[in-house]
Amino acid sequence: MSADTRSADAILDVASIRRDFPILARTVNGHPLAFLDSAASSQKPRQVVEALVDYYYNHHANVHRGAHTLATEATEAYEQAHRKVAAFVGADPGEIVFTRNTTEALNLVASSWGRANLREGDEVVLSVAEHHANLLPWQRLRDELGVRLRFVGVTEDHRLDMAALEAALGPRTKLVTTFHMSNVLGTINPVRRLADLAHAAGALLLVDGAQGAPHLPVDVKALGADFYAFSGHKMLGPTGIGALYGRRELLEEMPPFLVGGEMIRKVTLEETTYTVPPKRFEAGTPSIAEAVGLGAAVDYLSAVGLERVHLHSQALTTRAIRGLRALAGVELYGPEGDDRGGLVTFTVEGVHPHDLATALDQLGVAVRAGNHCAQPLAQELGLRASARASFYLYNTEEEVDRLVAGVAHVQERFAALGGGL
Amino acid sequence: MSILDSLYQEAILGHYKKPRNHGVLEPHDVREEGVNPSCGDEVTLYLKFGGDVITGVSFEGEGCAISQASASMLTDAVAGLSRAEALALSERFRAMLHGAEPAPELGELAVLRGVAKLPARVKCAALPFTTLEVALAHAGS
Repeated sequence: MSADTRSADAILDVASIRRDFPILARTVNGHPLAFLDSAASSQKPRQVVEALVDYYYNHHANVHRGAHTLATEATEAYEQAHRKVAAFVGADPGEIVFTRNTTEALNLVASSWGRANLREGDEVVLSVAEHHANLLPWQRLRDELGVRLRFVGVTEDHRLDMAALEAALGPRTKLVTTFHMSNVLGTINPVRRLADLAHAAGALLLVDGAQGAPHLPVDVKALGADFYAFSGHKMLGPTGIGALYGRRELLEEMPPFLVGGEMIRKVTLEETTYTVPPKRFEAGTPSIAEAVGLGAAVDYLSAVGLERVHLHSQALTTRAIRGLRALAGVELYGPEGDDRGGLVTFTVEGVHPHDLATALDQLGVAVRAGNHCAQPLAQELGLRASARASFYLYNTEEEVDRLVAGVAHVQERFAALGGGL
Repeated sequence: MSILDSLYQEAILGHYKKPRNHGVLEPHDVREEGVNPSCGDEVTLYLKFGGDVITGVSFEGEGCAISQASASMLTDAVAGLSRAEALALSERFRAMLHGAEPAPELGELAVLRGVAKLPARVKCAALPFTTLEVALAHAGS
């Protein structure tokens, strides 16, 4: 069923979901909070916060060491989180490495797999629309190893230019990397097709799933991804925990990222042998409580159902696009269709995005303003800055309507004032 | 008066829409670029000196109403001031952005006092003045 034919509030029981998120009951500047910035970081349900509290109040000790009861319980809680997160994306627990966030997961691939496998002249294919987190690690390898970066543009309708991507693939292509869902355009990339193209060229596919994992059902095997990186804090989990999925054979061959405690087999003063994945890549005491919290977050999302979360966000996006498009002077970015996720990036003529965000905040509506950590894409689109409203399972149609009304209000105010000096 | 009313008022939006002293000042003695990397606001100041006194000032820029209106008002305010007076003005302006009562010599710049209630926007209003301070330091060297 397309998102157009059902109202967002009919897809999910949003009222009941909202009761799980205490922060949504607060007011901001005298208005009920309309939190439309989940693409930056989502809010947390009480189930996640309570998992953190329960872990700290009842089970905490360091993991993977010590024979006492708490160490055993903490280790089991941490391992259970591994299993839950792995199941959430269709992976085996041994294929999920816990990291701090997507940025660290992407850096892990670049530093470990990249340095071990890329040579001068090898090529990495990526889009101009990557978040800085999936651009800078590759720029660094380019500068340090002489790896070539082949950039693929976006089409006029703000989709990945697949023809250009196919043309960029060649005998030296070792990696194709791009986003599952764009944090600026909302575009959902055809990951399975990208995987097939990359593999046919003898390359691997790394997916930046920072926006994909929170919003879309993810099965890394069905998608054909070799690596898939994502953050807990954008998908109802705590900050400080994210994950890298890596295909088992790849992780087994990769050298460590950070070295130190927890990730060794045997250490002498002369040499060290490293343990197996995923522990090989989780040096030091990990974010145990945060991992437990992420486990609770994926339980929550799975109970609601990712397909419904996605349809709900899409329906809100469709409503926002309709409302904003009706306003003169509003320019919208991103494709229209089923390959569009739950966010709207836009500009308002005569009102700078930062002023717009400040003014909307005075009305209780929280949106993001800026370049969204994707400056090259902004340059491609000829944008200095833009505003972005993003939607998640707890957002309502009424909040979308408040956004649209707020934009219209600010626009009128800016148009009416300032001409008299 | 709400923050919205105090910030997005005639006096501020007027400078945003019709900035004073906008463009490149030729000839100039100092050209100084200021940028807020977190939001992309840009202000470039051009200063001309006669001895110790600022005899000409203009700006170019790109950004929000607060940063651009602040830059426009700055150019009106510092023309004719000595370096020491311009620096003192900048300090008083920045004190106002952090909650101090506006000093009388701030004149029209006092309309930006509402920014003090918006910590996220203080850097926008301050950008032209931090840029001025760097420009004055360069001019003195």
